[in-house]
Amino acid sequence: MSAQATAAVPSPDVWRASQVRRRWSGWLFYGLAVVSTLMGLVMLGALLFDIFTDGARQVDWHFLSNYPSRIADNAGLRSALLGSLWMLAFTAIIAFPLGVGAAIYLEEYAPDNWLTRFIQLNIANLAGVPSIVYGLLGLGLFVRWLALGRVVLAGSMTMALLILPLIIVASREAIRAVPDSLREGSYALGATRWQMVRQTVLPSAAGGILTGTILALARAIGETAPLITIGALTYVAFDPNGPLDIFTVLPIQIFNWVSLPQKEFHSLAAGGIVVLLVVLLTANSLAVYLRYRMQRRLQ
Amino acid sequence: MSAISRRRVLRAAGFGSLAVAGAAILAACGESEPVATQASAEQPAASQAMVAVTPAADQLSGTILVDGSSTVGPISQAVAEEFQKQFRDVRVPVGVSGTGGGFKKFCVEETDISDASRFIKPAEAAVCDENGVGYIELPVAIDGIAIVVSQQNSWIGDSITTDELKTMWAPESEGQIMDWSQIREGLPNEPLLLYGPGTDSGTYDYFTKAINGEEGASRGDFTPSEDDNVLVQGVSGDAGAVGFFGIAYYEQNAEVLKALQVDGGAGPVFPTTQNILTGKYAPLSRVIFIYVSTVAAERSEVQTFVEFYLKNAANLVGDVGYVPLPAQMYDLALERFTARKTGTVSAMEGVTDTPNSVLEAWKAGA
Repeated sequence: MSAQATAAVPSPDVWRASQVRRRWSGWLFYGLAVVSTLMGLVMLGALLFDIFTDGARQVDWHFLSNYPSRIADNAGLRSALLGSLWMLAFTAIIAFPLGVGAAIYLEEYAPDNWLTRFIQLNIANLAGVPSIVYGLLGLGLFVRWLALGRVVLAGSMTMALLILPLIIVASREAIRAVPDSLREGSYALGATRWQMVRQTVLPSAAGGILTGTILALARAIGETAPLITIGALTYVAFDPNGPLDIFTVLPIQIFNWVSLPQKEFHSLAAGGIVVLLVVLLTANSLAVYLRYRMQRRLQ
Repeated sequence: MSAISRRRVLRAAGFGSLAVAGAAILAACGESEPVATQASAEQPAASQAMVAVTPAADQLSGTILVDGSSTVGPISQAVAEEFQKQFRDVRVPVGVSGTGGGFKKFCVEETDISDASRFIKPAEAAVCDENGVGYIELPVAIDGIAIVVSQQNSWIGDSITTDELKTMWAPESEGQIMDWSQIREGLPNEPLLLYGPGTDSGTYDYFTKAINGEEGASRGDFTPSEDDNVLVQGVSGDAGAVGFFGIAYYEQNAEVLKALQVDGGAGPVFPTTQNILTGKYAPLSRVIFIYVSTVAAERSEVQTFVEFYLKNAANLVGDVGYVPLPAQMYDLALERFTARKTGTVSAMEGVTDTPNSVLEAWKAGA
């Protein structure tokens, strides 16, 4: 034993050289990690700079309150913005209860058997299915079979399918993070399982659930492919007046402007992207704020 | 209950409010009298220039669904924009699913008007017939296809012949014609790079028919894009590139592109508005259409919209980068619409989509 140890100790020179080498590789890895981080930031910065220099001056009340037009100076994205908000509202109404319900079942009720594991595996896989596939599903299921037509509700249901796996995964994480001691305490006070879930688990997990839902909705607002597939329109010069009305959304309006030959419309598209980014960032900051508030309340 | 009738029933339930509105219009249109439009006095300058159509603005309501070609889309959008300024209760959304995608919806009564950058194909017409959808074919403008090269291209000169274009684009050139020196005597050994619209577009269909003699027949090794601005980028950045797309995209990018005169046998012709209108820029200018469903044309708001379209297209197509038809063609088209003349002139032998050919087919009774 001691002979082995003596043999394993290198001479001081070898040890020093190895230490220098190990330090260097440590620094190298540190450098690579910093560069990777900066890469993302620089790209985002360049994108934002490019969009804002071109687009920010387009965004004013006129731009938000007018319908699209063949004359660039008169054009706005009112119908697209309203369409996006309508669609987002119904997507949330549909996806939130379904997603959270599924997460509660899987975490609190489901027995640990092959069926549950099969469902969990599939939900994880669904999160990675390309969005166009959901578009085709929505076209077949909601537009044609349910005969809803190419309306806001069909778009919302398709988007709800798309983000359901994201909400379920995020909600399960949040529910799982609730310490078992809280559940046991609840049971010890005589709570039923439903009382325990409602009064102990859900309030504790609410911050995480809301954050996950809002981030999932933020993804839905930027999606274009599924909506083009189900047949959202391109030129709409009226306000959608409910879930059963035809509609367009911001990404489609932006796409339409980008594909026109006139350069003025390309600037309008940049303006549209600014509006889309503002909506997205607002949603994300809301998520951060909610999580902060919920966490503070728990403590 | 069959699948189709179930679908109709459900649809009717879903659109209950629209159906009620539609019934109200049908009731109202019976008593509509020719009245000068009341709305015109309060319209902004742009729409005052519009030609008025007969029904009063407040007598019409409803939704007119337009879908189809992305080439025709901007024209329909411009007309819809002006129409909705006068008829505030009529909604005219416009989709751009492509000419083929538009007919798929049109022939199953999902839309009222289909934008088309080419004639309806026999296969599409068969679906329409099967579903009992009659269609009225109405030309609305002329679109020229520009042949463009980069401004860095120093060897091509000012013009190109249709035979040279065929050498470039023919199906058998795939993998064979890769170099400018193979196109014309005396051109340098520079690589030839081809750019064109995607194979789903009506522009591609038309170009291949006009140059290669068969719709959809071309070599496959070119760079396609559904977004013409991408083609502009591609062609302008490479001295050896050549591409084709609608002239509006050339005109907006004339500082980085060079459009070639095209020689179809009668000498080189540049794609100017005048040359496209007179038909001298042949064979790369074509008539583009709207197809109106006879079922939809019974609705007074659709009828008014189509009349407004044909009366005002001449003023509006220029705004969005196209060439208006000769004035008499709009008048004749209006007559055909009033007479509800269905079918396509392309069913006649030898008819092409030049303004003159369509005119002659009309005169021959098509």
